[in-house]
Amino acid sequence: MSRMNIDLPGLSLKNPVMPASGCFGFGREFSQLFDLSELGAIMIKATTEEPRYGNATPRVAETPAGMLNAIGLQNPGLEKVIGNELEWLKQFDVPIIANVAGSQTEDYVQVAKEISKVENVHALELNISCPNVKTGGIAFGTIPETAKELTKKVKEVSEVPVYVKLSPNVSDIVGMAKAVEDGGADGITMINTLLGMRIDLKTGRPVLANRTGGLSGPAVKPVAVRMVYEVSQKTNLPIIGMGGISTVEDIIEFYLAGADAVAIGTANFVNPFICTELIAGLDQYLEKHNVDHISELKGLSWK
Amino acid sequence: MIQKELMTVVAQSEIAKNIFEMTLKGTLVDQMDEPGKFVHLKAGEEVTPLLRRPISIARIEPEKQEFTMIYRAEGAGTNVLARKRPGDKVNVLGPLGHGFPVGEAQTGQTALLIGGGIGVPPLYELSRRLNAKGVKTIHVLGFQNQAAAFYTEQFALLGETYVATVDGSLGEQGFVTDVVNNHGLKADIFYSCGPTVMLKAVEQLHAAPHGFISLEERMGCGIGACFACVCHPSADETGTSYLKICSDGPVFKAGEVAL
Repeated sequence: MSRMNIDLPGLSLKNPVMPASGCFGFGREFSQLFDLSELGAIMIKATTEEPRYGNATPRVAETPAGMLNAIGLQNPGLEKVIGNELEWLKQFDVPIIANVAGSQTEDYVQVAKEISKVENVHALELNISCPNVKTGGIAFGTIPETAKELTKKVKEVSEVPVYVKLSPNVSDIVGMAKAVEDGGADGITMINTLLGMRIDLKTGRPVLANRTGGLSGPAVKPVAVRMVYEVSQKTNLPIIGMGGISTVEDIIEFYLAGADAVAIGTANFVNPFICTELIAGLDQYLEKHNVDHISELKGLSWK
Repeated sequence: MIQKELMTVVAQSEIAKNIFEMTLKGTLVDQMDEPGKFVHLKAGEEVTPLLRRPISIARIEPEKQEFTMIYRAEGAGTNVLARKRPGDKVNVLGPLGHGFPVGEAQTGQTALLIGGGIGVPPLYELSRRLNAKGVKTIHVLGFQNQAAAFYTEQFALLGETYVATVDGSLGEQGFVTDVVNNHGLKADIFYSCGPTVMLKAVEQLHAAPHGFISLEERMGCGIGACFACVCHPSADETGTSYLKICSDGPVFKAGEVAL
């Protein structure tokens, strides 16, 4: 599959397809279904310094062509992620991108410092875009100057390249991208979920216990494609694109928009075999369309 | 082993108001080793409804490679499912979760099976297996009313069966717990499935020294990856411990989960 290998800062990927953070846990469940070494990389579930239970249930609600979630960064905390989850993942030949989250700058810095030392962590994904926690998360992802400062601080301590995950809940996505680029980011991952809500007609109240949640799935794909299209023309940073991808054609669309690799989110919940199916399907597509290497497609929609 | 398969609808009928019984055929049935596990279905290939629907397994027939499920058509997904006809395909992921441990009941013992509404179906395959093992079963089935009741005769063929309806239109008026108390039902073990509020009441009955309950919850992935269906264990000193209903359950030891 030499037409699919991609080199990005810190990451030497055998193919450009990886599960998105929060949609794959730490891989254990999926390892019963296929060999995790087949994946380009794995973006593990967001890790915070302390364990978090997350929000009350209901935490998910279905929407037209999509879903809302408000999990609330549930995770076992830095110590257990390193000691149990990352240790367990070492048996697979796959680079790990560790999603780092927190409530304040110090939390991010502490998690980034420790988790970036782990052998199989090849890059960090700075989560400044989670819409489902009261402090931190998206608060860092909507003000360019704040995002820049946080990126800078994390870059100072991280031993691996830092990708910043952008929120679509901003009026100027290019401004955000340029801010984190100024802060020293090595790459961008985009997009996180769009803030949304559903109201139960029987109770008259929001369906989710958290009231609002992050919208994902095919419904958000046009927003993501548009943002990748805009950002890729204005920054020099590599982009891992995501948002509603569920078919090979979707992956091609993200490449044409300007992505360097792609991540699969919600589709993993609908079809847990989706990543391996897409990797095989993408290779066939490239062969059929006489594409020598997938990177040739990057940004063709605006070049 | 979890599989994904386009299974074929063999039969489908409405057996009570909005309650459908569907039989599906395919090799995935070979993996169904335990009652109480569930399947996760995608009703159609369209993007709406997007997510799968978790549905319990009511009967397994390995020799025919068929299984039967009973579900209530109440939302977008289950309504699409309800329109399927014999010969149609359904995208099935499963079997998922941990089921009822039949091995916990010994030959010659008595098991009390308590089900409420759409929690009744998985108890049917459980009862068949217990009876095949020589465990005597007593069934207490609760429904909203007569129109919503199903499988009472099938259960009666397997053992002593009591029915309770909220409005008294079938069987005894009241809740399943009233029936257990009124008849002084006792057993060596209990198994229960139904709404959480019912399970909570069942756990407090003390009709058997130990038992197992099966929980219902809105699910995302069904395999333990999305953290949509978490619950707190009873023993949780830090407040950060959790159990995932889809993959740690849906069957838990009575008392294990904070209901």
